[in-house]
Amino acid sequence: MIDFSIILAGFGGQGVLSAGKMAAESALIEGKEVSWFPSYGPEMRGGTANCSVVISDEPIGSPVINEPDVLIALNQPSLEKFEDTLKPGGIIIIDSSLVKVAPKRTDIRFIPINSSEIASELGSMAYATIVLLGCVSAATGAFTRDSFEKALYDVLPERRHHMIPNNLNAFDKGAEFANK
Amino acid sequence: MAVVFQKTKGLTDKPFHYCPGCMHGIIHRLIAEVMEEMDILDKTIGVASVGCTYNNYDYFSCDMVQAAHGRAPAVATGIKRCKPEEMVFTYQGDGDLASIGTAEIVHAAARGEKICTFFVNNAVYGMTSGQMAPTTLLGQVTTTSPLGRDAETRGYPINVSEMLSTLTGAVYIERVALFDYKHIQEAKKAIAKAFRVQQAGLGFAMVEFLSTCPTNWGKEPIEALEWCKEKMVPQYPLGVFKGKDLEV
Amino acid sequence: MAEVVLMKGNEAIAESAIRSGCLYYFGYPITPQTEIAAYMAKTMPKRGGVFLQAESEIAAINMVYGVAGSGKRVMTSSSSPGISLKQEGISYLAGSELPALIVNVQRGGPGLGGIQPSQSDYFQATKGGGHGDYRNLVIAPASVQELYELTVKSFDLADKYRMVCMILGDGTIGQMMEPVAFKEKEDTVEIAKPWATTGMHGREKHNTITSIYIDPDDLEAKNRELQEKYREIEEKEVMFESSNLEDAEIVIAAYGTCSRICKNVIRQAAELGIKVGMVRPITLWPFPSKEFARVADMPSVKGFLDVELSSGQMIEDVRLAVNGKKPVYFHGRMGGNLPTQKEILDEIVKIHKGEM
Repeated sequence: MIDFSIILAGFGGQGVLSAGKMAAESALIEGKEVSWFPSYGPEMRGGTANCSVVISDEPIGSPVINEPDVLIALNQPSLEKFEDTLKPGGIIIIDSSLVKVAPKRTDIRFIPINSSEIASELGSMAYATIVLLGCVSAATGAFTRDSFEKALYDVLPERRHHMIPNNLNAFDKGAEFANK
Repeated sequence: MAVVFQKTKGLTDKPFHYCPGCMHGIIHRLIAEVMEEMDILDKTIGVASVGCTYNNYDYFSCDMVQAAHGRAPAVATGIKRCKPEEMVFTYQGDGDLASIGTAEIVHAAARGEKICTFFVNNAVYGMTSGQMAPTTLLGQVTTTSPLGRDAETRGYPINVSEMLSTLTGAVYIERVALFDYKHIQEAKKAIAKAFRVQQAGLGFAMVEFLSTCPTNWGKEPIEALEWCKEKMVPQYPLGVFKGKDLEV
Repeated sequence: MAEVVLMKGNEAIAESAIRSGCLYYFGYPITPQTEIAAYMAKTMPKRGGVFLQAESEIAAINMVYGVAGSGKRVMTSSSSPGISLKQEGISYLAGSELPALIVNVQRGGPGLGGIQPSQSDYFQATKGGGHGDYRNLVIAPASVQELYELTVKSFDLADKYRMVCMILGDGTIGQMMEPVAFKEKEDTVEIAKPWATTGMHGREKHNTITSIYIDPDDLEAKNRELQEKYREIEEKEVMFESSNLEDAEIVIAAYGTCSRICKNVIRQAAELGIKVGMVRPITLWPFPSKEFARVADMPSVKGFLDVELSSGQMIEDVRLAVNGKKPVYFHGRMGGNLPTQKEILDEIVKIHKGEM
């Protein structure tokens, strides 16, 4: 049974809220139950932003996550804030281009990915969170690459559809890290 | 037998409850006559406010809504936005419009709401029995300015027509008086013009009436008319403040 | 097939309102409900409706009053401090018996408080709020799908009873995204409103909308009429969801966001061998008192745990309904904090062990 909770956290403007939404959209395409809950308020402007995504085969209870299965941290404050809340055996994925410390926990799986560098090689920093989503997909099976691709067609306006190949490329690069 | 005079269809048969010498009755009749003459009784929705005229929905024979104190322009905005084909007017006193409802009247005018406001300025709170209004004159004695309104502690009178005429959305603003036949006829013309402005969809229109309150002023009706002419007009000059050249 | 989209709670309310035939929205910006206004501003003109950003909450509710009096479906939305400002107008709507939808996406108070989720306006919503002896229908959805469905129902109820229907949500419900399955067409019927001030257009008598009755006998008669209507609603319109009540030892009372958190707690308690059920009021007024009384009589039930984002407001209604038959315990968080599942589970374990 699939029942995952993911917290994505970073600075406002890094795209963690949209990345969380993409994860939820992808899982929804597979017919899973999903919920997405953002932090909101003044912190959206430059402070820390985060969102909680729950993906499940069962109807979802709380959309608010106390103990996530997966933490995606795009900055150091986010890692520090959420590391202790992660479930034992959970996964921490960081953008190692930006976060220069490793988690202290040893009962978790740690996957550092230089996603910002990969993104800039692909031509836009917007791909950084997509790299991380690729890793989540491959490491957890919460949603597949196919449904992510379909979600891109749904979510992106048509004038942005030319970016889809690069998005998938970023996704695949992230997925490779899950299997390392 | 020839009928030489009959009551306008714009008013119901219910007798007014207003005090002797009060001008509300005249203003009601003028508005009602204009509605009848313009043949808009069937498509007008009036908004009564809070004050002595709270229940003028019993007097006007068109559809009427009673609004909370000061909120008539907001209520009228709602009505006009969902019934743009109907004619909508508010009837407000000086406490209602110039004190508790200042925000609502300013913004309705600023938005250029296509409504008419009939603003009755008698320089005092009538219904609550004679308290100081924002339009009370300097030196005027009321129950809440027992030594006369002093600027130091009670500020200055508000000239609503002048203030609203600075707003682009307000397209027709005129102040009229009712102390003789000539002025009453001019007041009626102003009411008709305000309705025509609304009919033409030009924007916000307001007529301010200088009125009397013999009861709360402590004056005989004739004395009150004299006081209005001598004391109020210098503070509140008559005339068209906006839309003088407007042809409607 | 029904169209399923991922949508924010606030947006679902807005879309649902438009689908219900509500083409008039008046509001004033306040977090955490501004998505409703933004959605309306973007969507209303395309669907032939009116969006107006008012100069104040007070003006907005009075614009609602104007439209409601004209017989059209209309709504406003705000969050706690803004709803306080609207109370004057809500009392007038009640007095004039005008139907309207008012949405409160609650945040923590008192005063300016905070912007995070709260349920501390329960008293204000269910016990009157403004001056005078009146009630609003108060509906508390717990999911985005429910926000959609209950918004449609709210308009029907408001029209049917000529009164204000309030959707009482909170920052979590308004901000979260969940899938919504929209119907092709809403099964809502706008009933005739012969009382509305529409312009007479040949009607014989002029209509008046008013809440003033100067004669005490007239005002008392009006109040009796209102109270009679409220009693009918208490008989006919109660909505709640009871779950896991069979053999339940402890029964949670929670609505909206708290009921969602408690769903997870119920599963965790089951793993510890504790049977926990829940009664979730969907209408906060009328309150599901009969259901609580029925559950209080169940022999298996040892006690209730009321969970709220407040210092304990709904608990007063729960206790009135339980009427001393079983103990009613409380767990609440304030200021915009949410209780964790562990906090609630700890309380349940304590109650189960008889440590409370």
